[in-house]
Amino acid sequence: MKILYYPGCTLKTNAKDFEIAAIESFKEIGVELKEMERWNCCGTVYSLATDNLMYHLAAIRNLIRVQEKGEKKVTTLCSVCYNTLKQANYMVRREEDKLQKINAFMDEEEDYKGEVEIIHPLEILNERISEIKEKVKKPLNMKIAAYYGCLLLRPKEIAIDNFEKPSIMENLIEALGGTAVDFPYKNECCGSYNVIDKEDVIVERTYKIISSAKKRGADAIITSCPLCYFNLSDMQEKVKKKYPEFSSLPIYYFSELMTMAFGIKMVKVRE
Amino acid sequence: MKMVRVYIMGKEYKVPEGLTIMKAMEYAGYRYIRGSGCRAGFCGACATVYRKEGDYKLYADLACQTTVEDGMYLAQLPFVPANKATYSLKKLNADDKVLVEHYPELARCVSCNTCTKACPQELEVMDYVQASLRGDFEKAAHLSFDCIQCGLCAIRCPAEIPQYHVAQLARRIYGRYVAPKALHLEKRVEEIKQGKFDKEIERLKKMSKEEIKKAYYARDIEEEAPEED
Repeated sequence: MKILYYPGCTLKTNAKDFEIAAIESFKEIGVELKEMERWNCCGTVYSLATDNLMYHLAAIRNLIRVQEKGEKKVTTLCSVCYNTLKQANYMVRREEDKLQKINAFMDEEEDYKGEVEIIHPLEILNERISEIKEKVKKPLNMKIAAYYGCLLLRPKEIAIDNFEKPSIMENLIEALGGTAVDFPYKNECCGSYNVIDKEDVIVERTYKIISSAKKRGADAIITSCPLCYFNLSDMQEKVKKKYPEFSSLPIYYFSELMTMAFGIKMVKVRE
Repeated sequence: MKMVRVYIMGKEYKVPEGLTIMKAMEYAGYRYIRGSGCRAGFCGACATVYRKEGDYKLYADLACQTTVEDGMYLAQLPFVPANKATYSLKKLNADDKVLVEHYPELARCVSCNTCTKACPQELEVMDYVQASLRGDFEKAAHLSFDCIQCGLCAIRCPAEIPQYHVAQLARRIYGRYVAPKALHLEKRVEEIKQGKFDKEIERLKKMSKEEIKKAYYARDIEEEAPEED
């Protein structure tokens, strides 16, 4: 199977490892993530202002790029891109007048018809659990906590799974030979962009999220979000400074877990 | 001679059909002291905006390259104010953040594409702004290669980004840090440093104008490279 892949800015910079690991491990189960030739920023974060459509142009333009290739489906690894594209799509599908206005503004593009589906790679994997199991060369033998954060699940209309009790990442962990660890903070917010000017918010969130997973016996945490990844991994040293008893955990992208289990050798781009 | 009506800053004039905007304004009695340069579509000095009767679009183009049409509303831009970052190319850290560090307003881009619509060179301006935003200065350099720095993108941008200055930095970084080195150029520079051509220069300096002319016409001319597709 081949599917159009929308990378997003972070997957080309800070989260390059996430992308490389995904492309390689999806290849292993016969799924080609075909990068779009032209794309722009997803328009993050999804604007909740109801009277300013300018902030939705970026997302809709990307969906036009999919449509003009004659495709109906696109996938994206980054939770933030997924959320923004999917929410914008959901909005224009419900509000015809807003779609018309956006199309009228973008008069240099073909009209967006609202027919593109945004699929999360975890959804693709969930339909291929048996293929994944077949490809496992080194079963993980680890206890792993799946951290969803908020963007994959909320608002519930765009959730990749049950928005209160998701299990899609746990299914992947088990298929890869690991043991999924449930923990109460798996759907909680990581603190998001507060990392820019209110670092302490992130220090608190990271402390709680990681300590909770650890208490349940996790050896590692996985995520699909470059921002969660940054907050949970890069901020651990600051957590340690504030809470000397804190013990750290490795954070992985879910695709990195796949390369480990499939025995694909990876060289980290970003340490 | 067929005449067409144009409105220059609101006042109606009749000018001969087929003139460029620049020539039409001169025909009407205006004299360019700014906003004009090579008159051949290369220098980017004559950025102009206009509207057409019965058309909502605001057009942007080069005055020396655009032919007047009946019912055009014209205005000439003398100058485009746009801040340019200061940097030393040698000291730059050419990583994926370098463009956004020098032009933080890049992050204000909402992909509205107004810049692209304004570009008289028909460049995909928004695409190179987006490439710049994600640190892909190679793509930004290639997409902006034909930029003539007229500034129309910057003056139309709702996010107030000076696109053409960003692109110039992208091309400079690409040229210095990524593009393959021109080895023949390095060799020639070395030869010049070693004084290989000093004698020749000294000889030229002492020649009369007539002698130089003669030498110029008698020079060896390299065979032209076959045209590329």
